[in-house]
Amino acid sequence: MTVSSKAPSRRAARIGLNTAGLLVFLFAVFPVFWMVMTAFKTDEDINSDTPLPVPVHWTLSHFRNVISGQGLEFGLGHFFLNSLIVALVTVAVSGALALLAAYAVARTGFRGRSSFLIMLIIVQMVPLEALLLPLMLNAQRLQLLNSLTGVIVVYVGSSLGFSILMLRGFVAAVPRQLEEAAAIDGASGRTVFWRITFPLVAPGLVATSIFSFVTAWNEFVIAFAFLKDQETFLLPLTLSYHFGRTQVEWGSIMAASTLFTIPVMIFFLIVQRRMVSGLVAGAVKG
Amino acid sequence: MAQTVQVAGRAPDRTGSGPPAGRRRPRSGPRPRTRGRWGPYLLIAPTVAVIAVLILYPIGQLFWMSFHKIGSREARGVAPAENVGLENFRTVLGDPFFWRVLVNTVVSAAAMVVITMVLGTLVGLLLNRLGRKMSLLVSSGALLAWATPGISAAIVYKWLFTPGGGLVPWLLDALPDWLAGSGWDDYNWFGSRGTTYFVLVLCVVWQSFPFIAVSVLAGLKSVPSELYEAARVDGAGAWRTFWRITFPMLRPVFLVLTVLSIIWDFKVFTQLYFLSGGTANRDSFNLAMYAYSAAVAFPAKYGLGGAIALVLTVILLVFTGFYVRVMVRQGEVT
Repeated sequence: MTVSSKAPSRRAARIGLNTAGLLVFLFAVFPVFWMVMTAFKTDEDINSDTPLPVPVHWTLSHFRNVISGQGLEFGLGHFFLNSLIVALVTVAVSGALALLAAYAVARTGFRGRSSFLIMLIIVQMVPLEALLLPLMLNAQRLQLLNSLTGVIVVYVGSSLGFSILMLRGFVAAVPRQLEEAAAIDGASGRTVFWRITFPLVAPGLVATSIFSFVTAWNEFVIAFAFLKDQETFLLPLTLSYHFGRTQVEWGSIMAASTLFTIPVMIFFLIVQRRMVSGLVAGAVKG
Repeated sequence: MAQTVQVAGRAPDRTGSGPPAGRRRPRSGPRPRTRGRWGPYLLIAPTVAVIAVLILYPIGQLFWMSFHKIGSREARGVAPAENVGLENFRTVLGDPFFWRVLVNTVVSAAAMVVITMVLGTLVGLLLNRLGRKMSLLVSSGALLAWATPGISAAIVYKWLFTPGGGLVPWLLDALPDWLAGSGWDDYNWFGSRGTTYFVLVLCVVWQSFPFIAVSVLAGLKSVPSELYEAARVDGAGAWRTFWRITFPMLRPVFLVLTVLSIIWDFKVFTQLYFLSGGTANRDSFNLAMYAYSAAVAFPAKYGLGGAIALVLTVILLVFTGFYVRVMVRQGEVT
């Protein structure tokens, strides 16, 4: 092999790699692209025999329909607010509880610590579909069916395990010396926590919160089983409502689905790097 | 970036700079500071309470239910539930339908796990070798797929495969018949379990390969580059380099990712629910769908539903037990 034949083969490799990268990119992006494009197409274009890559006649009518409610008793704003309330309260409650527990796990040694961690790993693996039956019966007994509170309570329970495991890594990453230095300077335990530890853990708390926000925002089974009044519907339920109608209107469904997906995408973009590392740390660090 | 290094195993020791020598205290355990004997227990108490009430107690209820005969009257406490011993389990396990559901679950989960792991690893390796701009483009695209909620993903895939406007039937129909066969333009993909699961596997793989890819990529960054230099000097090809260096180095990562994928793919529900259009098509149930439909069945047979849910839980706990063992062995829970 001569030296000169090496350069073209390296270029060929580069071209091959870039082509593969482009294919992966298209594979990953295409369904999202198709969803958004369908949402902007007129019904005629959607149902035409030849699918068009981009709309010929752009229209906002599907978005208008979805926002106005279209067959549901309320407009999209109502359901958006419901979903927002549920996700935010879940995040606030589970975030606060998780921070306390993560601090205990990362900063103190206590008997039963390993058992506690193992319990967390186990409970986050139990599928909600399996627990649905007892949870539903209990909620019925406590009159929590058809109320946002009932759903929130379940979401807190199901997001807590993962939040602690994820936060634990962030708390452990705060240098102990900072806390010790403050303590030597005479700061109380509470002051050390709020002035030193908390600000340093805050970015991790944000990443963890976004993760539980997205989980609560996307959840379907519990919401579907618990909430039967349209007044309490969350966004996934409006999607399944549009989807379950006899005459499926793909344009409206894609518009609803697009609007539902946008907040999640934005959150993912905000925390993407932390999300990756936090998720991995949470998963791998267990 | 520093965070991601953790993937390869232990977290880098941030306290490495340490207190000045001479003042160094002997550290008996990994956690030297314990403020008060009860402090930690107070901090974890709310969590333990929430989990006990919302997860452990319901599991206990499932257990109790699965040994009783419970209709809606018994569930409301109007009539006492009759203890039927193992009969519910005998009914469930003796039903050929259960085994069909189990086969659906195991085969589809196996396909999802294998394809996701292979594709995810390949994309991770690819991202590692691409230039900066290209790598950013690909990882942003993957992020988009990853961020898509399960419901939205299922709905889009259903639309892509729906005859009369859907893209895939049109494409297959446009291809010459000798290549793709004929009759695709009005073929119902969601009428039989084979094609339903084909779309389901595609949909789940699409959503899960990015997580594997970024995890593998993060792991790759931690492999010392000297190892690859040495392999190149020895003239090893890409295949050999992967199996001799990358795979052994990332073994813990692969192990964790595989077990996690198994657990996740075993309980796929939302995507299947939307793709197969609710619980009408029993032929394409998996265990999660089966447990769900038993929970909402009418007339209520909660004992039977409990038994099905318990079987699903037990299967997942077996995998979880394996996962916990891996974690303990890697020293992650001490």
